[in-house]
Amino acid sequence: MSIAVKEFEWPTPRLEEWRYTNLAAIAGTKWRDDERSLSDFDTTATLAGRAAVELLFVNGRLVKQSGDDTPLIRRSAAPSPGGRRMAGDTDIPLPPGEGGAKRRVRGEFESALAILNAMHTAGGARINVPSGTIVEGFIHLLFVGDGDGIWSHPRNVVDVGANAQVTIVETYVGNGRYYTNPVTEIVAGEGAVIDHTIVVCDSLEAYHTGSLTIRQGRSSSVTARNISIGGALVRNDVNVILDGEGASLVLDGLFTPAGSQHIDNHTVIDHARPHCTSVELYKGVLDGSGRGIFDGRIIVRPGAQKTSSRQSNHNLLLSETAIVDSKPTLEIHNDDVKCNHGSTIGQLNEEALFYLRARGIGEAEARNLLVLAFASELVDRIKVEPVREQVGRALFRQMPERLPERRSNKGEITR
Amino acid sequence: MALLEIKDLYAGIDGKEILRGLDLSVDAGEVHAIMGPNGSGKSTLANVLAGRPRYEVTRGSVVYDGKNLLELPAEERAREGVFLAMQYPVEIPGVNNIYFLKAALNAMKKHRGEEELDAMEFLQLAREKMKLVELDEAFMNRSVNEGFSGGEKKRNEIFQMAVLDPKLAILDETDSGLDIDALRIVAEGVNALKNEKHAVLVITHYQRLLTYLVPDYVHVLSGGRIVKSGGKELAHELEAKGYDWIENEVAVAQ
Repeated sequence: MSIAVKEFEWPTPRLEEWRYTNLAAIAGTKWRDDERSLSDFDTTATLAGRAAVELLFVNGRLVKQSGDDTPLIRRSAAPSPGGRRMAGDTDIPLPPGEGGAKRRVRGEFESALAILNAMHTAGGARINVPSGTIVEGFIHLLFVGDGDGIWSHPRNVVDVGANAQVTIVETYVGNGRYYTNPVTEIVAGEGAVIDHTIVVCDSLEAYHTGSLTIRQGRSSSVTARNISIGGALVRNDVNVILDGEGASLVLDGLFTPAGSQHIDNHTVIDHARPHCTSVELYKGVLDGSGRGIFDGRIIVRPGAQKTSSRQSNHNLLLSETAIVDSKPTLEIHNDDVKCNHGSTIGQLNEEALFYLRARGIGEAEARNLLVLAFASELVDRIKVEPVREQVGRALFRQMPERLPERRSNKGEITR
Repeated sequence: MALLEIKDLYAGIDGKEILRGLDLSVDAGEVHAIMGPNGSGKSTLANVLAGRPRYEVTRGSVVYDGKNLLELPAEERAREGVFLAMQYPVEIPGVNNIYFLKAALNAMKKHRGEEELDAMEFLQLAREKMKLVELDEAFMNRSVNEGFSGGEKKRNEIFQMAVLDPKLAILDETDSGLDIDALRIVAEGVNALKNEKHAVLVITHYQRLLTYLVPDYVHVLSGGRIVKSGGKELAHELEAKGYDWIENEVAVAQ
């Protein structure tokens, strides 16, 4: 593949954006592509039959498409970034300084790992929703990593036309010590409505470095969420640019590192135009020797008056050896804005725990109930029911103290 | 044998001794009121009986239904039929009221080796008990106590009590902060629970709840021990004369 890119180098913790996450274990592995050509693959993560369309990728290669035969979706070819406008690009420059320099670097070719993706990708999903089209149900992109020493670099490109609506779910699962390095680029046209969910439920030996870039046009409305439960080392980069007046963004995140898991979330919300709104909520639940990071930047550019932006990160520490770093940042180059941010780190409420126990609920179950309650604010906002259920089950499996399986055939009252 | 037998109980919190040699015996079918001024140890007694962490018993014994109550963790006590209506019910965002209460009831049923209730059976029971405390059904689908007014929280406690049907109900200042209507509803809820198998321990600063919820015995707690016991008329006497009267009397006797 001949792509004119800079020499690829693994980011090191010497870089500010990588100070908490060391990629040495990934960089030091001699990864290989999956050479098999599979005609089918069984996975319990499939939502075929429930999704309008499901694309199943194994180690980055499309294995199966089920559901509607739609011209909306096709397997994407490798990108040709030379002439193509990137989702994160905008014509409006930032003032000189740190932020401006970073933007220039990103504008050239996104992050180092996106370069790696471009060098090695075998494609991904290409979703084109024409103007005015409302896609019923949801599109499921299921990425399975399978086998030790295999890497994959899915590259998904989503174009949603003016006043079009679509719901997309990306699920990442797998077995073994593999490495998935996906890039998803979304362009939301004027008045487009997009609900996008990424669920990282990779194997506990696997590595995942994902990058999501969204460019929002005028009056577009995007809800994007990242739920990271699995993976040994996970890095999620989310970059959103509000590049049209009146655009609104809801950005949700839930990360639950336990054992020795490491989950790093970096988000940048760039308010480039006036009258845009963003609401960001990330929650971390950290157990064992789990490590979590939330680094969220909000940039408000000089011309982006009447910006409204709220950013929160709340973290629940369940053990004394779990660590979380929370770094919310506001960079405001404009006076006429309404912005606030906040961050908390706490433990389970002992009063609530006693209350539940005093009603006969065992300590382990009471703890789990409170943890799920903390996470439920984000889980409940997943509109796609089968995905909400899958996430609920995955969280449940990860609970520090296992509960007896709940019976679902007796019409269990939901939490 | 009494349902609850407390002997020479010494207990406190954070190294501070609050109960100092408390004796109390409660039989099934009885309603006992524990009254006393602030700081006399009323809430400590309630919390020690319910097994709240951080409270420490340094001496004495509590036998409940033939078992050493102090050995049991809080959830075991609850499953054995001890219920504490809390003075300050905590708000638990994200935990659905009805889910929580069903889990609690089924934990008790399981403990007793009874068949657990399914969702429909439980809802039927819950609806019936909700009427008793005049709680709107909408409350049940909200998070536990979240956004409830003070009176609603206390009624929710009594509602939970009615559903869980404890052998020993302890009401820790359930009357505080209630208006007269809420007070009447709470008292009616407790009265509905009363029978020959159950006992109720009403802990209160004021006499007014006892107008609706008539006790068989009234005990005055002072300085961490019961200094005077009597019938329901003792409550009226305390209301008229205040606690100083008792404390003076105790001082003279000593």
